[in-house]
Amino acid sequence: MYSKGKEKTWKFFVLLCGLLMIALPIAIGIFLAVKGNALFYQYHHTLGEFLFTTTWKLKDDLVGGGKGGAAVFIVGSLIVCGLALLIAVPFSLAAAIFMTEIAPKWGTKILRPAVEIFVGIPSVVYGWIGMTVLVPFLQNVFHLKTGRSVLAGGIVLAVMIFPSITTVAADAIRAVPVSARMAAYGLGATRWQVTHQIVMPAAQTSVLTGVILGLARAFGEALAVAMVIGKTPAFPKGIFGQTATMTTVIASRMAELMEGSEAKAGLWTIAFILYLISLFFIFLIHIIAAKGAKKNK
Amino acid sequence: MTEVKNEKKARVEVSQSLIRRARAVDNIWTVVFYLVALFFLLLLFAFAGYVIIKGFTGAKPEMFRFDRNGVGNYFFNTVYLVFLSLLISVPIGVMGGIYMAEYAKDNAFTKFLRIAIETLSSLPSIVVGLFGYLIFLVATKSQPNLLVGAICVAILSLPLMTTTTEDALRSLPPSYKLGSMGMGATLRQTIQSVLIPACVPRIITGVILAAGRGFGEAAALLYTTGSDTNIKWNPAAWVNPSLNPFNPLRRGGTLSLKIWTSFTASVGAEDVANLSSAILMIMVLSFSILAHYLEGRIKKKMGDTK
Repeated sequence: MYSKGKEKTWKFFVLLCGLLMIALPIAIGIFLAVKGNALFYQYHHTLGEFLFTTTWKLKDDLVGGGKGGAAVFIVGSLIVCGLALLIAVPFSLAAAIFMTEIAPKWGTKILRPAVEIFVGIPSVVYGWIGMTVLVPFLQNVFHLKTGRSVLAGGIVLAVMIFPSITTVAADAIRAVPVSARMAAYGLGATRWQVTHQIVMPAAQTSVLTGVILGLARAFGEALAVAMVIGKTPAFPKGIFGQTATMTTVIASRMAELMEGSEAKAGLWTIAFILYLISLFFIFLIHIIAAKGAKKNK
Repeated sequence: MTEVKNEKKARVEVSQSLIRRARAVDNIWTVVFYLVALFFLLLLFAFAGYVIIKGFTGAKPEMFRFDRNGVGNYFFNTVYLVFLSLLISVPIGVMGGIYMAEYAKDNAFTKFLRIAIETLSSLPSIVVGLFGYLIFLVATKSQPNLLVGAICVAILSLPLMTTTTEDALRSLPPSYKLGSMGMGATLRQTIQSVLIPACVPRIITGVILAAGRGFGEAAALLYTTGSDTNIKWNPAAWVNPSLNPFNPLRRGGTLSLKIWTSFTASVGAEDVANLSSAILMIMVLSFSILAHYLEGRIKKKMGDTK
């Protein structure tokens, strides 16, 4: 039945839902910024202290006066995520190439669904298995006091981000025109030569997008890392050392702190930094995509 | 004469050895790729199998009960929380997808909206959880409850619902819309009674995927739902609304939070965490396999009509 009122309310609700999608990330950013600001304005810490000093001893009261250096957590996140990328990227690329170039039928029918199922496995399950299987394993193999380490965190994260990178990379490789491959095969190139010298360079920018998406996921992952990395808030002593990351300190400390206290304000600041980092990754992806589009023209 | 012949022969030999080398390298890499693929298939099966078998072999019968010591109530909370979150995210996400596919113009605003959706989908779940904690618990001074957790999970699954709906609408043949509009239907009527019904199978696939992800969510619930649960199934106890299982404004730990608290708890909680992992694994696996099966069927059907 046609009625003008119905049309108008319908359009209003559709637009409202679109607007909500814009409002949500902005609102999240604003709330975190307001809360995180307290560390600087109410408790008079400086940004330099926050970013470049290493003593994180904020007081759990309204007076403040503690030390707020988050460098350990920032560096901890960087190291663990970097290690995860180092482990995951070669495997992801190999799996993506296998799916598209080596065994397309077998790859799309079996390996691709399997990889996508990996995406859905909850992070706490990864963390729990990491803690009950991987940590004791590392401890025995390398004769450590405890297997909880940067390496354990890197491995768990690598397994978690591997599927995201693989699916994006496989799509990117598949999008390379068949004619490019045909031309190279026609000149007598082997499959590896075609893959290595023609297909991969052509798919480069899109593959990079997948890697950044994986990195973003690794940065935001909290509980799985917290379960295997230990609780030492110091720079790790090598790959078997323990450290803390931005997400693990939030996950393990937030609940016990008083609302409005200096220590809690510090955690809100870290949460805001996490928000900024994920924004940064999105912009990075857009810049890379824009550059790739320019190159193709 | 012989010199020229020798040179030719030497050249042929060099190029032949180059080809041989290229082929050998090619073979080596093929083997490497096969090994990597095999490794991951094995890893997935070993991982899933280990979690499920270990969980059920270590479980005692009383752990399956829906009471204080069992994981039954946590299982109920998990399903109920995801159900509540879908009640929020499906209508909003579908409407958002309709906006993107049918109403959005090709301008700066739409571009901005797309970036916003991308941002939303890449936000760490712990950040979304903190946001929910801040505006629904700290600002309103309420206690942790299921509804706030459901809102956080809904926020996390909104981008998936929106893009699924948008893709589904865009992949419909234009004749659907043209036919309906040609009969004199308005755009609203066309969307409501022609386009959306045609998209239902795909939207359901999206809902199943979103549910599968929601089951395992933990970081967003850490500060929003409370990690324990004390619901009672005897209606006589429901005088106290915090004991009523169907009250969304009560505390309610999920299976994933049970696993997380086992990490921080003292020894003895291991068997419960193993069983929780196994149940979660089965839920997630069955939902994602179902989603893949449906997607495959939809693709097949679309292929047939062409």
